[in-house]
Amino acid sequence: MKVIVCIKQVPDTKGGVQFNPDGTLNRAAMLTIMNPDDKAGLEAALRLKDQYGAEVTVLTMGLPKAADVLQEAIAMGADKGVLITDRVLGGADTWATSTTIAGAIRKLDYDLIITGRQAIDGDTAQVGPQIAEHLGLPVISYAQEIKIDGDSVIVKRQYDDGYHMLKAKMPCLITALSELNEPRYMSVGGIIDALNSEITVLGRKDLIDVDDSNIGLNGSPTKIAKASDKVRKGAGEKVTPDSPEDAVEYIVGKLTEKHII
Amino acid sequence: MDFTLSKQHEMARALFKEFAENEVKPLAQEIDEQHRFPRETVEKMARYGFLGIPFAREYGGQGADALTYAMCVEELSKVCGTTGVIVSAHTSLCCDPIATYGTEEQKQKYLVPLCKGEKLGAFGLTEPGAGTDAQGQQTKAVLDGDEWVLNGSKCFITNGKEADVYIIIAVTGKVEKRGRMQKEISAFIVEKGTPGFSFGTKENKMGICGSSTYELIFTDCRIPKENLLGQKGKGFAIAMHTLDGGRIGIAAQALGLAEGALETTIAYVKERKQFGRAIAQFQNTQFQLADMATKVQAAQLLVYKAACKKQEYQTNPKISYSVEAAMAKLYAAEVAMEVTTKAVQLHGGYGYIKEYDVERMMRDAKITEIYEGTSEVQRMVISANLLK
Repeated sequence: MKVIVCIKQVPDTKGGVQFNPDGTLNRAAMLTIMNPDDKAGLEAALRLKDQYGAEVTVLTMGLPKAADVLQEAIAMGADKGVLITDRVLGGADTWATSTTIAGAIRKLDYDLIITGRQAIDGDTAQVGPQIAEHLGLPVISYAQEIKIDGDSVIVKRQYDDGYHMLKAKMPCLITALSELNEPRYMSVGGIIDALNSEITVLGRKDLIDVDDSNIGLNGSPTKIAKASDKVRKGAGEKVTPDSPEDAVEYIVGKLTEKHII
Repeated sequence: MDFTLSKQHEMARALFKEFAENEVKPLAQEIDEQHRFPRETVEKMARYGFLGIPFAREYGGQGADALTYAMCVEELSKVCGTTGVIVSAHTSLCCDPIATYGTEEQKQKYLVPLCKGEKLGAFGLTEPGAGTDAQGQQTKAVLDGDEWVLNGSKCFITNGKEADVYIIIAVTGKVEKRGRMQKEISAFIVEKGTPGFSFGTKENKMGICGSSTYELIFTDCRIPKENLLGQKGKGFAIAMHTLDGGRIGIAAQALGLAEGALETTIAYVKERKQFGRAIAQFQNTQFQLADMATKVQAAQLLVYKAACKKQEYQTNPKISYSVEAAMAKLYAAEVAMEVTTKAVQLHGGYGYIKEYDVERMMRDAKITEIYEGTSEVQRMVISANLLK
């Protein structure tokens, strides 16, 4: 069984967000981490490796520096790393990114693709399902649990009002939530293996069935008007009324005062 | 000379740091208060290879170097001195002598499960009458047929009751040396559960309270003849060489404690206000921090240098790292005591309260000046090399 896990190197928002003068993210100035949902997806794949002996390939797209996140994944236990990097692929939105990744995956052998639900930098949750669409695969999003049953997967999908149990034939694509599991750490020996392993590097010419009009900045229909850091909320006001009636009276008073009601 | 860490060391440090913050720090205060051995942490560390860092893959190790190992003990000790010494005693004092002096059979039988963390190791040299004077051993081993029979006791043994495999130093006879009769000392591998091997009192210590420190008692304890480690009569040299490596581990523990106390104090002085401003704005605080940080940095360089020298020894056994290890331990231990004491002082009254980590760090630091060779022993080692 072969599993591909798509992972993304994202800015570590704990360290604060920094912008270039033109409003785009200054990625070079920020510490990076493996996107948390992707890490959960990787952990799910590594558990399939532990349980069923699956071969796990991690794939990312980005600057050459993004190889770091692949090495981290290999140090955690992944078998192979694939980096898609090319100047002409830069500035991609979710459409161009998913087109590019699907073009690379067409080169690879797989039974299952796992992506994170969404990345903490863009928060779109679009790339995973779009890859499935490009490849004509069934997609199950928001996976909380993944089991293998013969040539199918059984996935517990989180929903607002409960969960769904879904079964799909492989090959298929699953998007994982960070709540899915507690990802393992790298191991000491895994770090040595990661640094000794060769990362496969793919460029524009390696992508299969991809049109130039669908890649990079020019192939991205999304235009970003402005990006900004989230506005910090004030500490607010804490009150401890003596009774529910007092609490209601206080809240109604505040809402009236602000002309909300 | 290049002071830049390799990518491997950077990644390993990131791993140790993340593990220490998430898995070790939350337990540090609890295990100290309850004097509880953190078995659950040992199991987690085993999973990620922390218990076999500098040993070959073929023996279940991780194939990393002595510096990676020192960095592991350093990062663990930043948040918990107890956890640091568990790894140090296991690795330096039990795995290392088996890796260095063991036969192939001994390595397969003992080193492999130790490196995988399936078993925990300990080392017994110290006796009530043989501390700094390690030659004053009373524990005896007598060959009887195909077995060695051990009688005697060892005290202050780290990982005492929690270990599975013990390196035990004992007297095996008398030999003439330079015209004088001297004790012949040998080293042995003893397994927990061997009849005649029992535990005495658990020590109630000032610091590193989560570590299991016990007396080991041997009463007609029979072990197989093949559990002699190294050559008969070479036990003292094995013990001294083992302690050279152990000192790098303890130096790394001391370094970690000092770094942990410094980091905690930097955060505290920015928050704590007196006379209407953060105490970080007072020059006294600033100068204290500057001195602490400078000494911590110097200690780190000595520890890393000693670890690198030990690594060099792995490929060139003719060189010695004894002096570097002694200097690293001497300096790092004294810096740990000084920095943790200053950290408590800068915390004021709160530093004396157990809720604050620096109180524990100061108690934990003291032992680093004592065990695996006191600071006085380190000065003896260093000066003997200067005057030889």
